[in-house]
Amino acid sequence: MALSGIQIYKLLPQTNCKECGFPTCLAFAMKLAAKQVELSACPYVTEENKAQLAESSAPPIRLITIKGAMGEVKAGNEVVMYRHEKTFYNKPGLFIRVKSAAGVAEADAYKVNYVGMDFTVDGFAVEAESPAAMTETVKAVRAATKRPLILLSKNPDVLQAGLSALPGEKPLLCGADASNWEKVADLAKSAGCPLAVSANTVDGLADLTEKIKAKGVEDLVLDPMTTHLGKSLAINTQLRRLALKNTRSVGYPLIAFPCDAADELAAASQAIAKYAGFVVLSEFRPELLYALLVLRENIYTDPQKPIQVQPGIYEINAPKPESPVLVTTNFSITYFAVANEVEGSGLPAWLVVCDAEGMSVLTAWAAGKFDAERIAKAIKGFNIADKISKKRVVLPGHVAVLSGELEAELPDWEIRVGPREAVDLPAFMKQALN
Amino acid sequence: MPIEIPKDKWTGKVRTITLGATAAEGGTRARVVTVGGEASMPYLHFENPTPNPPVIAVEIKSRKPADWSRLLEETWGEAMNDPAAWAKAAEAAGADMLVLWLTLEDSPDEAVKAVKAVLAASGLPLAVFGPGQAEKDNELLVAVAEATKGERLLLGICEDKNYRTIVATALANGHLVSARTPMDVNLAKQLNILITDMGLPADRIIMDPTTGALGYGIEYGYSVMERLRLAALQGDSMTQFPMLVTVGFEAWKAKEAKVGQGVPEAWGDWQQRGIDWEIGTAMALVESGADILVLRHPQSVKRVKAAISELMTA
Repeated sequence: MALSGIQIYKLLPQTNCKECGFPTCLAFAMKLAAKQVELSACPYVTEENKAQLAESSAPPIRLITIKGAMGEVKAGNEVVMYRHEKTFYNKPGLFIRVKSAAGVAEADAYKVNYVGMDFTVDGFAVEAESPAAMTETVKAVRAATKRPLILLSKNPDVLQAGLSALPGEKPLLCGADASNWEKVADLAKSAGCPLAVSANTVDGLADLTEKIKAKGVEDLVLDPMTTHLGKSLAINTQLRRLALKNTRSVGYPLIAFPCDAADELAAASQAIAKYAGFVVLSEFRPELLYALLVLRENIYTDPQKPIQVQPGIYEINAPKPESPVLVTTNFSITYFAVANEVEGSGLPAWLVVCDAEGMSVLTAWAAGKFDAERIAKAIKGFNIADKISKKRVVLPGHVAVLSGELEAELPDWEIRVGPREAVDLPAFMKQALN
Repeated sequence: MPIEIPKDKWTGKVRTITLGATAAEGGTRARVVTVGGEASMPYLHFENPTPNPPVIAVEIKSRKPADWSRLLEETWGEAMNDPAAWAKAAEAAGADMLVLWLTLEDSPDEAVKAVKAVLAASGLPLAVFGPGQAEKDNELLVAVAEATKGERLLLGICEDKNYRTIVATALANGHLVSARTPMDVNLAKQLNILITDMGLPADRIIMDPTTGALGYGIEYGYSVMERLRLAALQGDSMTQFPMLVTVGFEAWKAKEAKVGQGVPEAWGDWQQRGIDWEIGTAMALVESGADILVLRHPQSVKRVKAAISELMTA
């Protein structure tokens, strides 16, 4: 439970030494309660009280990390039910379930670009029936990928076999249930690995986590054991709510298995939007993976920060040197509006996306983030002149006022004013630019 | 000791609204659909039961569209040339209701003819949307509304530019309006106030908060819908309307769905991707509170309906 300012005050030295920068210990305690300062600012708090304070200020959902031979996947540390309340922080890891190394190298190499960002698979979930099969499969999978792994088995011997083949790594053991938890918890403890616990009720999960925590394993993940869309939405929502109300026994990230669902896409989309931290898919299918990676990016975008695309030159419909050069800002919706219209028209163009700090054309112009200087800097910085034969650039109609200044900045360029709205671009390109 | 599940206590709920009218109610529909009535965030049955599942509308056009994806042309085939045949095919594909989208080329007479043909071909409740240019929408929708008095059609697009005309004709002819605003809670609320101020009963308004497709701004629509539903539950009367989203229109505009050539290999199989793009967009919006989803592909209709029936059971 989070402590109040007064409760925190009782654990501080109460000397009013001011070394933390606040006039009294009480003032410092109030700031701590509001999470506006770090406890480390107090040099005199005792180790014992420090531990107690750290526990009380722990995030409501524990941050869990799965470490591979290279790279790691984190889940947890979430603080809200709805993304608009603040943001969702740690994107759920997308894992592909495998029973052999077949296809792993191909999935490992998968890379897809979405608005200037490269996305990949996050890891693999290895399933095997026997210890020997687990050892063999893990070794073969490890030869094909260095990404983090989840080991899927309820048999402690099988999990142990997988662990032994992964020296120095922290795979997620998946996992413990009401029948095997003691042995599996011992295994997780000695290996220092995160452990998933499976139960189909909130009480069942809380009961298991408390027993396992008492054995000294703290890095836990919850598996609510359902792929039914109605049931999973209900239990995931209940677990997130309880965790945010500081119910420590369920304050862990969730794992979901759309791989077993009637409709994998529907189940995986729900898992991404509704609170899963790790998502296990049935196979490597690029079209499904791409849709899910995009959805995850969209849902986990910080709603307080406009989404941006990478500033740079975007080639639309295979432009040639004589194709027109269009300019816009790096607010993603602005970019999409322009790119979609031009793309839909089939007309080739070079689209220069300026860094306007993620604002739309008018907003950025009003804020001084999209002026002649910035546009000129983009035109010069991205060396668009090397790709084209005709130095002519089209400004968005909303910033027609900049054309004079831009002429001064780019003396050897012809400056044209385009339409205000992206929807009118194709007609403008056909009529005015030929 | 068992853990007590925290439940949100809400004072408000979404209005329950019926689209379409049977012969007994002054129309000609074989059946009606009822949406809304939710008193919790989507599908949290442990708090309050969800009284009505979201309905799937299939989008058809008065003329064969020139810019639809080949995947859609292949699946609907010849039916796309004839709104009546298309309506029948959509009903066979599992639609709960139809959205007939008129085009800029239609004259008022042609629009009325197309609407009548669809009403004769299918007994499903119908929405009629104009091409989306305020003046043209007014011209076509007034003619349609007058020729179909008493059907409880859903008329759109009713936006700040033309709501007066659309609302007046809905009021005079016993129809509903689909109030569209660009992804903003306050604008949505404001338009609903303007519409009810004109005297249209609140049980004849559906709101369309606008959405983007997966990858094209869906997060804006998603969060606006969650916020509208939260406001409705908190008792804000002018946000307590069921929500319609034009999923097919948005998703099939995205190049991920629309085209199979000249796209990155990493996007995978086009056929599957096109449908997945529509379903992925639909499911995210179902879970953020959509009541009417307007889809285009029969496969999407089937899979989204199956997913909804799972969501409706606890």
